Amino acid sequence: MSEVLVLVDEVDGAVRKPTYELLTIAKRLGEPSAVFIGGAEAADAAVEAVKKYGAEKVYVVDDSEIKGYLVAPKAEVLAQLVEQASPAAVLVPSSVDGREIAGRLAIKIGSGLITDATDVQPGDDGPVTTQSVFAGNYTVQAKVTKGTPIIAVKPNAAAPEETAGAGAVEKFTPTISDAARKAKIVASQPRQASGRPELTEAAIVVSGGRGTGGNFDPIEGLADSLGAAVGASRAVVDSGWKPHSFQIGQTGKVVSPQLYIASGISGAIQHRAGMQTSKTIVAVNKDEEAPIFELVDFGVVGDLHTVLPAATEEINKRKG
Amino acid sequence: MNIVVCVKHVPDATADRQFESDNTVDREGVPGLMSELDEYAVEQSLQLKEKRATGDGGEEVTVTALTVGPEGAAEGLKKALQMGADKGVHVVDDAIAGSDAVATAKVLAGAVRKLGEVDLVVCGMASTDGAMSVVPAMLAELLDLPQVTFGSVVESQDKEFRIKRDGESATEVIGATAPLVLSVTDQSGEARYPSFKGIMAAKKKPVETWSLSDIDVDAGEVGAEAAWTAVISTEARPPRSKGEVVADEDGSGAKALVEFLASKKFI
Ligand SMILES: Cc1cc2nc3c(=O)[nH]c(=O)nc-3n(C[C@H](O)[C@H](O)[C@H](O)COP(=O)(O)OP(=O)(O)OC[C@H]3O[C@@H](n4cnc5c(N)ncnc54)[C@H](O)[C@@H]3O)c2cc1C
Ligand SMILES: Nc1ncnc2c1ncn2[C@@H]1O[C@H](COP(=O)(O)O)[C@@H](O)[C@H]1O
Repeated sequence: MSEVLVLVDEVDGAVRKPTYELLTIAKRLGEPSAVFIGGAEAADAAVEAVKKYGAEKVYVVDDSEIKGYLVAPKAEVLAQLVEQASPAAVLVPSSVDGREIAGRLAIKIGSGLITDATDVQPGDDGPVTTQSVFAGNYTVQAKVTKGTPIIAVKPNAAAPEETAGAGAVEKFTPTISDAARKAKIVASQPRQASGRPELTEAAIVVSGGRGTGGNFDPIEGLADSLGAAVGASRAVVDSGWKPHSFQIGQTGKVVSPQLYIASGISGAIQHRAGMQTSKTIVAVNKDEEAPIFELVDFGVVGDLHTVLPAATEEINKRKG
Repeated sequence: MNIVVCVKHVPDATADRQFESDNTVDREGVPGLMSELDEYAVEQSLQLKEKRATGDGGEEVTVTALTVGPEGAAEGLKKALQMGADKGVHVVDDAIAGSDAVATAKVLAGAVRKLGEVDLVVCGMASTDGAMSVVPAMLAELLDLPQVTFGSVVESQDKEFRIKRDGESATEVIGATAPLVLSVTDQSGEARYPSFKGIMAAKKKPVETWSLSDIDVDAGEVGAEAAWTAVISTEARPPRSKGEVVADEDGSGAKALVEFLASKKFI
């Protein structure tokens, strides 16, 4: 069986959940080989983690020479690994970095690229991907027709399955060109952990819009009672009430949770693009004409500043 | 300094966008416009021009708007010219129809090469139809230039550029020396509206129309035939059937909401 390369997404050896989803998908397509590009001191922890999710092989690439540069060196690493391993596919997370790495890799190795896959299944002639396009109004199935399929996969595309892999470590030393070292990471500030689930990974997202008037207490209170992540519309970000990392929509994050609760959000097309594929949608809005109500499974016409705290209290009471 | 700003003509996102029976995007049935996200790229290009023109020495800066697309795409260029770009280049060729991101990037790269000495290629963060956010990185790869992408803040001095990049897990500062490929997000600053003067002036600005042979790109490398990916099927998502909407009266809304959540086992 052919290898399937999976680019590991991690911070200091702490592997992020989307990587496990990629490994689970890789197993459908062939033999999962994780590619860890990171600090030598973090490698052991990462290897242990990916092994649990079926990695038969782990390519360990020491990043001390390349970590100060944006994207391009990682594309070179993957190109050289593709050359060596002739994998059946390359899977990367569909993040800002992941997509750009994939884009450069596609050009380097002359292979087709699919981004934002929400599902990947084996097909007669290679993997078949599912994507959601036009603000979630269409579902598209596609495949790569040239070279080694490169697929950028969105979070939540698969339920991670724990299954032991051999996790055989293979150290890999890439040759990095000078050209790949031209865009320098001058400074980096890791995002502060909020103590709440990661937006793109959360099962429940509670989000607020301009209707909050900048007071997010009702949103955060409800989110905490449900163990949910907190999101926002662009109006909130533009007003400076929350940083851009909270934004859901076309130019923010795209989420697809089990439950999405929008409060004080009108439901503009650009916002819908980021949440329309959520399983269950609930909205609270003062205006019964708000377009968000066209999408909902359940809606309340009312003031979020009274409805949400009352609901939160009731939920907390039920939880005892 | 020569700036090329890449603008894409796209179907209006607020209209009912559809696929044709051959699984290509319907670009005729829906009104088109310059991708709103490319307005930010044009804005940053113009700001750079204005800053440099008035600084000491008063550098001469030319902003060329570049688009790849069918006849109608010229409309997108017009918007960029109305905003203040100096000239336009439209690459149009029947062979380009159905191109994927790789092919589009190849055509854009060919046009940038033909333009000669270019210091900056500026792009939007994503096209509002394809939304892959890969063309800028691909352009950098093809042109062998540094990529300084996803900038929410752009700063520069002479040939040194710095951006703030909001990544998934960190906020970074990325720096490189021009020539380079820059892409900017919708956080980079409100884009200007064309003024009446700008609209009048745009009518006299030069627009060149190039075919593939003008830019030395082989027709066999682009278009639907040469695409490295294929769409197998497209399916309209069934419209969400509107659920129950209740009016809140004296706390009834909260109760009904909690009942709903409980019935779906979220509590
Ligand atoms: C290129 C482009 C990209 C964009 N990208 C995004 C994106 O990624 N994400 C995004 O969200 N937007 C995006 N937008 C903006 C989008 O078009 C809308 O402007 C935005 O989503 C509006 O945010 P909102 O719903 O919070 O505000 P509004 O549209 O102002 O709606 C506020 C709502 O709150 C309700 N309300 C007010 N007070 C209360 C109260 N006390 N209780 C309950 N309800 C109340 C009102 O009835 C109203 O429906 C983008 C726009 C463009 C042009
Ligand atoms: N056909 C095109 N013509 C001009 N610029 C384009 C075209 N396609 C993409 N671009 C540029 O590349 C950016 C990212 O596009 P994409 O990778 O398709 O999301 C856009 O914001 C444009 O600046």
